[in-house]
Amino acid sequence: MASVSLQSVSKNFGTHAVIHAVDLQIEDGEFVVFVGPSGCGKSTLLRIVAGLVAPSNGVVAIGGEDVTEVPASRRGVAFVFQSYALYPHMSVARNIGFALETLGLAKDVVNQKVLAVARMLKVDHLMDRRPRELSGGQRQRVAIGRALVRQPEIFLFDEPLSNLDSDLRMEMRLEIARLHKDVKTTMIYVTHDQSEAMTLADRIVVLNQGRIEQVGTPRELYHAPDNRFVAGFIGSPRMNFMSVSSHMAADGPQIAGAGHLILALDASADETPVAEIGIRPENLRLVDQEEGRIRCILERVEDLGHEHFGYCRISDDTVWVIRLPQAPLPDRIGKPAGLDFPASAVFAFAADGRRILSAGLKDQAGEASLP
Amino acid sequence: MSAKLARRDHRAAWLFLLPVTAVILLVAVWPLARTFYFSFTNAYLDDPSAYSIVGFDNFIEVVTDHSWWIAVKNTLVFTVISVAIETVLGLAIALLLNSAIPGRGLARAAILVPWAIPVVVATKMWEWMLNDQFGVINKILSGLGLVDHGIAWTASSSLIMGVVIFVDVWMTTPFMVLLILAGLQLISPEIFEAAEVDGIPAWKRFWSITLPMLRPAIGVAVLFRVLDALRMFDLAYVLAASNENVMTVSIYARDRLISFQELGVGSAASTWVFLLVALVAIIIIGVLRLDRATGA
Ligand SMILES: Nc1ncnc2c1ncn2[C@@H]1O[C@H](COP(=O)(O)OP(=O)(O)O)[C@@H](O)[C@H]1O
Ligand SMILES: [Mg+2]
Repeated sequence: MASVSLQSVSKNFGTHAVIHAVDLQIEDGEFVVFVGPSGCGKSTLLRIVAGLVAPSNGVVAIGGEDVTEVPASRRGVAFVFQSYALYPHMSVARNIGFALETLGLAKDVVNQKVLAVARMLKVDHLMDRRPRELSGGQRQRVAIGRALVRQPEIFLFDEPLSNLDSDLRMEMRLEIARLHKDVKTTMIYVTHDQSEAMTLADRIVVLNQGRIEQVGTPRELYHAPDNRFVAGFIGSPRMNFMSVSSHMAADGPQIAGAGHLILALDASADETPVAEIGIRPENLRLVDQEEGRIRCILERVEDLGHEHFGYCRISDDTVWVIRLPQAPLPDRIGKPAGLDFPASAVFAFAADGRRILSAGLKDQAGEASLP
Repeated sequence: MSAKLARRDHRAAWLFLLPVTAVILLVAVWPLARTFYFSFTNAYLDDPSAYSIVGFDNFIEVVTDHSWWIAVKNTLVFTVISVAIETVLGLAIALLLNSAIPGRGLARAAILVPWAIPVVVATKMWEWMLNDQFGVINKILSGLGLVDHGIAWTASSSLIMGVVIFVDVWMTTPFMVLLILAGLQLISPEIFEAAEVDGIPAWKRFWSITLPMLRPAIGVAVLFRVLDALRMFDLAYVLAASNENVMTVSIYARDRLISFQELGVGSAASTWVFLLVALVAIIIIGVLRLDRATGA
């Protein structure tokens, strides 16, 4: 087991800068997830930790020791690839045990270890098969077994579940969580799927265009995003956003937006003008038009059985998603409606995307409380 | 699909196959059949219409001819040694070109040059370079003080087989490199990365991963080269005509057929060549299990 520390790590491929001065500290035994849109540099960062990619700048330390110049084979890490990268010409048993062959262990010791890992991952009945004779889920298990058998200091996973269908993905997600509970080894896990990140991580690192946007627990990222990117990336369905303008009215400063939105600000408001607001779908309430703070038309309803989403058109280019407690009456669809929300549910963002913590939104009389 | 539809499909398929079948019949099956037929006759090239059937006499004449067995020995020596060298060299160069070295794009293009030169041109080129009096090779060697008088590379009976093998290696290693490189590029780099992270030493990565995964590519390349080498004619003929030291079975057949005008015996020799090549092909395919090996 070991901690991992990255100190102003950068990576350029030729002139193309992919990672920009990343600083990150990962504690021993932590389960950290790198999440971000495709192409943001998650895999590159993980490969830098593994030693498969050399950083252009900066220091990589594992267990407090500078390993920047240490080859991948001597970093004590195990890597699980999205493509599984199993050896196609070897049996399952040999795939799992291959790394042990060169350690000078007795053959029956190797066999025992391989069998123990295979049992744990429920692939012990497949030992003589070739990878091409396995299903996607079984291949994934073998790939994890190959990593596990070496008892590495750190597990690195690069989108290990992306090639699986959704049922299997759920199942393997649980197994990986259980695996971490059992072995308590440091794990770094890369995914573009925020729900995978939310369910697995002790801490999430949100990456965007080669920079860390925010590091925090799933709760922190959800309830206290630092910026618009994190607010929009974490949460499903994603947060609703609307551009607003600030101006001075007779009774004080206020912000205004589409759908007749007017929010009064108190005098304590931050200097930075609010450029955009965001509200999560679960904090919106569908009400009659006169009662709402935003006017809209309920365009469409998705009934997923256990939950219901409404699509409310506020202006030509703004449609907000709202989570409904139950499916609305069919005759409301296509009709004008209103959206209500508590002031505490509004996230305010500056023009550069930073979140404004003290936007000074005034509570209003008759305000709905958070559901 | 109804039976009628299936029949119509089959008819269409045969229709599409017709032109290529006709071409194959014309350029492959017909000449082969003619050769096979003539090998049972005592025909001469100056008047192929006058002949009588002589049974297996021609075949027996060939295998009782001392020269034939010299040709067989030469052919096998040439094939085994040149293909072995080409395979090892081809593998090494392919591995080099597949690693991320700077300028490998240029190297990949440059490696093809010897292969693109016609055999006759390349052979003549080397013949001149190896010339004992004016050749650049001897000039360099004597310049370095390694020899005191020019070596007659292509005239010496003990050296000429070496020269033939050398020129063939020079000409056809690029072919090996290309086929093996194509095989290498089919292997996902993540497999090597997985092995690297797992702490597998480089030599074991080569023996246990690279080589087994390249087996189909190497097998096909070796098969092609062996079949080519067994039929080799141009290189040795341009360099030494019918010199017994490098006379291959193809040259033997040509001599009987053209020089001695013996259409019957020449055809029998050609048929033996055909059978030899077929036998070796079957053995290689069987040993390497090329029919079953798939890269994946
Ligand atoms: N070996 C490479 N050479 C050049 N560019 C690369 C290489 N690897 C990755 N990149 C580029 O770096 C960026 C980040 O890639 P990656 O780390 O794979 O993103 P992610 O895993 O987040 O989808 C992409 O723009 C990609 O094109
Ligand atoms: Mg990736």
